[in-house]
Amino acid sequence: MSLIAFLGAIETGLLFGIVALGVFISFRILDFPDLTVDGSLPMGAATSAMLIVNGVNPFVACLCAIIAGAGAGLVTAWLNVRLGILHLLASILTMIALYSVNLRIMGKPNQALLGEETVFTPFEAMIDLPYYWVTPLVLLGIILIILVLLNLFLSSELGLGMRATGVNARMASAQGIKTGKMKMMGIALSNGMVALAGALFAQIQGGADISMGVGVIVVGLAAVILGEATFSTRTIILATVGCVVGSILYRVVVALALNADFIGLQAQDLKLVTAVLVVLAMTLPGARQKMAKRKLVKGALK
Amino acid sequence: MFNRKSLGLFAIAALMGLNAFFPSIAQADTKTVKITAIVEHPALDSTRKGVRDILAENGYKIGENLNWEFQSAQGDVGTAGQIAKKFVGDAPDAIVAIATPSAQAAVAAARGHIPVVFSAVTDPVAAKLVKTWKTPGGSVTGVSDMLPLEKHLGLITEAMPAVKTIGVPYNPGEANSVILVELFTKTAESQGIKVITASAPSSGDVLMAVRSLVGKVDAIYVTTDNTIVSAFEAVVKVGIDAKIPVFAGDTDSVSRGAAAALGFNYYDLGRQTGQIVLEILQGKKAGSIDVQGVDKTDLHVNPASALKMGLKLSEDLIAKATKVIQ
Repeated sequence: MSLIAFLGAIETGLLFGIVALGVFISFRILDFPDLTVDGSLPMGAATSAMLIVNGVNPFVACLCAIIAGAGAGLVTAWLNVRLGILHLLASILTMIALYSVNLRIMGKPNQALLGEETVFTPFEAMIDLPYYWVTPLVLLGIILIILVLLNLFLSSELGLGMRATGVNARMASAQGIKTGKMKMMGIALSNGMVALAGALFAQIQGGADISMGVGVIVVGLAAVILGEATFSTRTIILATVGCVVGSILYRVVVALALNADFIGLQAQDLKLVTAVLVVLAMTLPGARQKMAKRKLVKGALK
Repeated sequence: MFNRKSLGLFAIAALMGLNAFFPSIAQADTKTVKITAIVEHPALDSTRKGVRDILAENGYKIGENLNWEFQSAQGDVGTAGQIAKKFVGDAPDAIVAIATPSAQAAVAAARGHIPVVFSAVTDPVAAKLVKTWKTPGGSVTGVSDMLPLEKHLGLITEAMPAVKTIGVPYNPGEANSVILVELFTKTAESQGIKVITASAPSSGDVLMAVRSLVGKVDAIYVTTDNTIVSAFEAVVKVGIDAKIPVFAGDTDSVSRGAAAALGFNYYDLGRQTGQIVLEILQGKKAGSIDVQGVDKTDLHVNPASALKMGLKLSEDLIAKATKVIQ
């Protein structure tokens, strides 16, 4: 694997780490299976791409993308909390609707950003390293800031209220926590983060595309679960870092699968190889523990 | 506890190291061409085959003096970006990128360091791959698959002189289809023919979309829409059930049941792309090669299928065809 490919995997992993953190908030903290992300990622991409093409500062464009994504999340949570639609269905409805909304935002299915100024452009001039180092480094900075802010938030009174809502909504409500508001806020936050990932993704990839969102939830969930399997979940800080680690791991696995031709695998095997490698990464530690246990039992029998 | 979990990470790292044991055997006169597509589908696969064949015919044999690698993003835009970066990292002599998302990812990753030849992109200027069609400059050039839409309409009116309305199923999420459908509607309306569109955002929606056209249209025209083409059998089924002749925008679809299609095949498009790759391998700068459109068209007809759809193709038309599917 070449350095550029490896850094590319790290870069994509860090980027989808933001998605994983968003998914972590909805699925793990709020216990709210939210599929809106399949729509809010391209929404962030579309919003930022259109603004940048029309001459808006890329940082402002990212901010607008976050607001747009948060708005989408708010719609999902509102459908669930106020209209009483099942959370899964509410998120699917928003996701479907966002497909049309995103087409409206762009006016076409693909908005190119090649050659436009992005949030990464100023850093390329500042950091004296080859271009393929700059994007991952900037993304690392962004994700560290997000991790710090998110952890500060989750240990604040508001954040603890949100966590209580996810663990036991009835009990939280009895303690005077407004669970409906917590859900709305959490899902908005989650989708705002995913939209930010979409905005950054469009700027790295050279354009926003309507098909960008396909399967984002699957990748995000895989990253969260992979993080939980390979990293500690004892504290909320470790769990959030685990999401990012899981996401990077997933992308390194994809990069590995792309290099799997040396054992006779072909392009069409990519997704299968990815799945098998993820299974291996998740079960190897458990298998080793089982073997150790078996040895212990054998030893005891003797 | 932590030690146990880090074993998984270790396993991945070990696998990565394993890669280093199988370096590709490179010779001084060996050229490297890396090719990627956003997804596997017959037309895009034919393009790839065309590129490979033209290189083989000109003395570049895979495994001898040509290092050839193909990767498909399997529909995942994130993976498309990773493939592009992997290719750039491998520093090949040329990257061939098929379809718009893959081409954009390749151009974004290559940053002018490696020549990129795109293929099957309808509007490369709108996709910001190149600034102009003529001597695009930089390190990007390629072949556009813009269809000769007037000729397509001409084929339908020749086969069905009484045609009043044409139904066009398409995926509003595909950049290429939106442009094509818009242009086709304009062309048809200038000749007094009405166009009714039906949208199918995924291949699972195609059957329903085409059924919605029944009773409203005299003929169905399918452009080179990836979604509709991948579910072309559904279109043919409705065409036969409701006796509405189906015309296609690519000749590959005629053997799958379209009554007729005038177009280029993607294999020829691939050969045209391969010619550009050849020029780059021989030392020409990508930016000095003009972006090309398709000019070679051929007519494929399927009289049996047409008859099932209630249309008898005239002897003239069949005689003109380069290929008649029995």
